[in-house]
Amino acid sequence: MEQLLGQFSLGLFILQTVIFVCLVLLLKKFAWKPILDAVNEREEGIKNALQSAENARKEMQLLQADNELILQEARIERDALLKEAREMRDKMIADSKQDAQAEGARMIEQAKAAIAAEKNAAMAELKNQVSALSIEIAEKLVKQELTDKAAQTKLIEKLLTEVKAN
Amino acid sequence: MTIPNLVGAGLIVIGAGLGIGKIGGSAMDAIARQPEASGKIQTAMLIAAALIEGIGFAAFFVGK
Amino acid sequence: MVIFKKPLLITALVLSLVATVSSFANDTTSVLTSAKQAEAAVEEVVATPALSEEAKAELEREEFIQHHLLDSHEFHLFSYGKESGEEKHVGFPLPVIFYDEGFHFFMSSAFHHGESVVESNGKYYKLYHEKIYRTDAAGTLNMDHHNHPENIQPLDLSITKNIFMVLVASALMFFIFVRLAKSYKKNNGVATGVGRFFEPIVLFIRDDIAIPNIGEKHYKKYMSHLLTVFFFIWFLNLFGLTPLGVNVTNNIAITAALAILTYVITTFTANKNYWGHIFWMPGVPAPMKLILAPIELLGTFIKPFSLTVRLYANMLAGHVVLMSIIGMMYTFNNVVGSGLSFVLAFALSILEILVAGLQAYIFTMLTALYFGSANEEHHHEDGHH
Repeated sequence: MEQLLGQFSLGLFILQTVIFVCLVLLLKKFAWKPILDAVNEREEGIKNALQSAENARKEMQLLQADNELILQEARIERDALLKEAREMRDKMIADSKQDAQAEGARMIEQAKAAIAAEKNAAMAELKNQVSALSIEIAEKLVKQELTDKAAQTKLIEKLLTEVKAN
Repeated sequence: MTIPNLVGAGLIVIGAGLGIGKIGGSAMDAIARQPEASGKIQTAMLIAAALIEGIGFAAFFVGK
Repeated sequence: MVIFKKPLLITALVLSLVATVSSFANDTTSVLTSAKQAEAAVEEVVATPALSEEAKAELEREEFIQHHLLDSHEFHLFSYGKESGEEKHVGFPLPVIFYDEGFHFFMSSAFHHGESVVESNGKYYKLYHEKIYRTDAAGTLNMDHHNHPENIQPLDLSITKNIFMVLVASALMFFIFVRLAKSYKKNNGVATGVGRFFEPIVLFIRDDIAIPNIGEKHYKKYMSHLLTVFFFIWFLNLFGLTPLGVNVTNNIAITAALAILTYVITTFTANKNYWGHIFWMPGVPAPMKLILAPIELLGTFIKPFSLTVRLYANMLAGHVVLMSIIGMMYTFNNVVGSGLSFVLAFALSILEILVAGLQAYIFTMLTALYFGSANEEHHHEDGHH
């Protein structure tokens, strides 16, 4: 302690304090303030640049999302259109099928009716012929009977085979 | 400088040395455990060591 | 280190110019018979009147170390011996200014290294162990029983070696940092030249010392002081490692001035909370508050004192050890011992470079810590139980 106090020089202390305070004030005015301001400004600039880059990125993302949305809508619309078309086609096919069936059924009905009419006509003709033939046979039979019994039977058989042949 | 003064100064140096050694050792342990915090640990270590050192020097000079 | 070249070159140029000019003004003196040495010898080795050659050399070395460490009124650069046994000193005198019932001003060469009595404004002054004393015309000093002169010491405001180096370092700092500040404007916000080396250090002090310790809110007003303190101590520590032999930061008056500035700034910018913690510690019982108040008050004085002594003692210890090891080269006086001393001194010098930065960092860090404590907000009420 004694040595410390022995070495202590008041004059040196006073001069050092004065010089140091002057140095602090001078450097503050001419160096530290401009340096710190410049560094701050630069850091702000960097921060701003990063911020704007981030903003741009976000905007880009937003735009991309928009595009995506539009694309999505378009896809949905296309799907809807396709679906509608498919439905229409199916409906058309079903309709035509139904029509065709109905037409077929109608034609079959007609054909059946025609066949039935034909058949009736044929039956009527046949009946007419059978009755005419029967009358003829009966006429001939009656004529034969009058001549010969055997000949009569023979005649009938012969007539019958004729009928068969017919 | 008398003999008791010298012994006292020696004791102060031993104490301060032990203290700083302990701080250094603990800091090493801490850094080994958490290497990512080494910067903070070093700062804290330096401050603690400097405080002990200051007390040590002050006591040394007052005793001397 | 290309960036260091310019300022160092300029400093070296200026110094060498001054040295060469003034070395002619300096007269030769034989150091072995100088009054100062004789007095030192009488003072320290009274019991052995007949000094052996070895003891004399040892004394000389001790004197050399002391001389290297202490402040001085002249700037002594180097000495060299002559065939005739004389030693020639190369250096330059510095102005002596002191206050003793009026200011006195003359060059330190008038003292002739403490041999001559100087008459100034009708009073007589003598230099003894680098301190100025008022004497009579014959230059008698009345010694007390501790062998200290009892004569009146005027207030010495001389440009001593330390003050000279402080001025040089200040000029260097001013030069470097004003240039750095200007380079931002010139180069669109990017530092050029030496500034590229110093800018990260400035940012380190702001981001790793000021902001964490003081806080985002208040740190700005302390930045100038912290930056100046850091670079001032660092530069002077590094100057102390040069062979110029200027050890400014191991002078207690210099470190005390720095620490007391820290104390003054802390005291004058302290908020209510800081004083509250000193005089009326919250969260402890009333009797404890009464006991704690003087302890806390004493603590505020111990803080700058420990700052002072830490820097002073670290730098002094480093230099004493380094000088002693260099002195050992002459003691061994053989290849092995001197070689070992050289290697040791080299290693220690490298360590000292680290210590130079570390001590500047710690001083700044603790200063910031004290500033931070002066600005602490009232937010940890629950912390005190």
